[in-house]
Amino acid sequence: MRKSFDKHWYAWAMVLPTVVVLSVLVFAPLVQGVYQSFTDVNESNQRSEICKKTLGGDEVCTPNPKASKFVGLDNYVDVLTGEQGHFWLQFTNTIVWTVACVTFHYGLGLGLAVMLNRRFRGRSFYRVALIVPWAVPAFVAAFAWRWIFDQQFGIFNGVLKAVGMDPVAWFDHRWSALFTAICANIWLGVPFMMVAILGGLQSISADLYEAAEMDGASPWQRFRNITLPGLRPVSSTVILLGTIWTFNMFPIIYFVTRGQPAGQTEILVTGAYRAGFEGIRDYSLAATYGVLILSILIVYASVYKRMLSKQGEVF
Amino acid sequence: MSSMPPATATETPAAVTPPRVRGREDRSLLASVALHGTLIVATFIALFPVLWVMLSSIKPASEIRRTEISLFASPTLENYRKVLFDTNFPQWFLNSVIVAAFTMVIGIAMSASAGYALSRFNFPGKRGLMWVFLLTQMFPVAILIVPIYTIMANLGLIDTKASLVIAYCTVAVPFCAWMLRGYFDTIPRELDEAAALDGLGPFGTFYRVILPLARPGLAVTAFYTFLTAWGEVAYAIAFMQTDDHYTLGAGLQQFVPQFSPRWDLLTAGAVLITIPAAIVFFFAQKHLVAGLTAGGTKG
Repeated sequence: MRKSFDKHWYAWAMVLPTVVVLSVLVFAPLVQGVYQSFTDVNESNQRSEICKKTLGGDEVCTPNPKASKFVGLDNYVDVLTGEQGHFWLQFTNTIVWTVACVTFHYGLGLGLAVMLNRRFRGRSFYRVALIVPWAVPAFVAAFAWRWIFDQQFGIFNGVLKAVGMDPVAWFDHRWSALFTAICANIWLGVPFMMVAILGGLQSISADLYEAAEMDGASPWQRFRNITLPGLRPVSSTVILLGTIWTFNMFPIIYFVTRGQPAGQTEILVTGAYRAGFEGIRDYSLAATYGVLILSILIVYASVYKRMLSKQGEVF
Repeated sequence: MSSMPPATATETPAAVTPPRVRGREDRSLLASVALHGTLIVATFIALFPVLWVMLSSIKPASEIRRTEISLFASPTLENYRKVLFDTNFPQWFLNSVIVAAFTMVIGIAMSASAGYALSRFNFPGKRGLMWVFLLTQMFPVAILIVPIYTIMANLGLIDTKASLVIAYCTVAVPFCAWMLRGYFDTIPRELDEAAALDGLGPFGTFYRVILPLARPGLAVTAFYTFLTAWGEVAYAIAFMQTDDHYTLGAGLQQFVPQFSPRWDLLTAGAVLITIPAAIVFFFAQKHLVAGLTAGGTKG
């Protein structure tokens, strides 16, 4: 123990600021959040004492008779059986949302990266132009897309009308509303994937392609047998990151669909937010959602990691 | 590849004409047209929403609220004038700058040495810490926002910039440590060894040798942290309650309430928010992806 301290004290001293910040700012709230999910705390019963000013200016505090109390697993039972909130509707939306977004992010990012990896005139122009969406803050992009799909003044419906079709009330149906949000998020997320994959492509040795060409491999064979395996390390990281980011993507759903119609396009994160900060603030419900979301992501990440290590790839 | 038959081995060298396969660098005219065509379509989609908002922001309000499409219509800067002088937008802008700048400085200051230690030393607890960083990136806003809100309310900090800076640091500090570790990994270890031979201790090496060399990495990490804080909305909407204290994320939505949204103000505001973000972004983007993914692949 003593020896270990002598050897490592400077490393520990260097990580100390981070560890202190994380334990105060992340772990204390995390523990409290988990605790709150086992209570019935909300806006009206959060105080454990009621304090009143007396005439003399002193404060007299008495225990709050309606203070929040420990309720065990009640919140989880209520949420998972649909007693409170709309967990399964939002869960389905989240899965559709995440799968659609990540699939298109990765697919389009890969396609564009492969194209940009060739040598041709104008390549650097395309590269800069195509990452523009990444430079736009997410909430600004969300408002822009909300406006593009606006039923009365949006350009999308304007074009539909110009070609003689009926305008669509995008936000009146669950799937069309979700479609608009997915479009916005795909637009926002492709550049990151594209640039990341482009970096991966450039790290694949050109010798491999030359050898394959000598052997007469077709472009498709080269793509299947050199490009895709070569991209493995980058792909596995960006897909994991992309899934987590999309799962937790708050501003797009919150501002593009606003849950319309009637909360049917809420995903888990926005659902939790609305439970905690809109109407009668139900902190315990929001905390329960938070714990469930985090559990889902942890399970996903460990399954993902196990799958990769089975294929001989560990990150 | 290994399944290709060793066909040409017995033939004379002159007859070695492998089946004509398209190489990487030669491309038929049709393929060139398809390549450029696809990229032009993609570029159009990437730029269109941005251009459309910019074009609309210089239209008069009455033109924005018209159902016919027009690219230009009596261009004017009236929307910008209204946003800058008739609304609280400049105040929100200033608030955002302050919050993002503090988040950035604290994030870097608290995490730089940790990034270095993680990059260079093997110490008990290292793997655990790396996992914690990865895990905090997984935290949904939903799990921390309520407890942080209640803690801030108890401390009387709700509706202050400090509460937002503290909340953003929960994401910024682990993120910066992760990014900086990736950057420190690219600085050769020989430099550390040379510094040690010259008699510098681990701290001296870090401050005198590595930090100055890591300036580009620090800059990129700082900028990205700034942008994250600049674009954050969930905490901003929940914590800030008076109009004067809003940051841009919370303020902008005031322009577009559910009924009778003011798209004229929104478009101008959106352009004003995006310009500084885009400048910072294009400055930082070159090294960004390498930093984001490096930590993940090397583990």
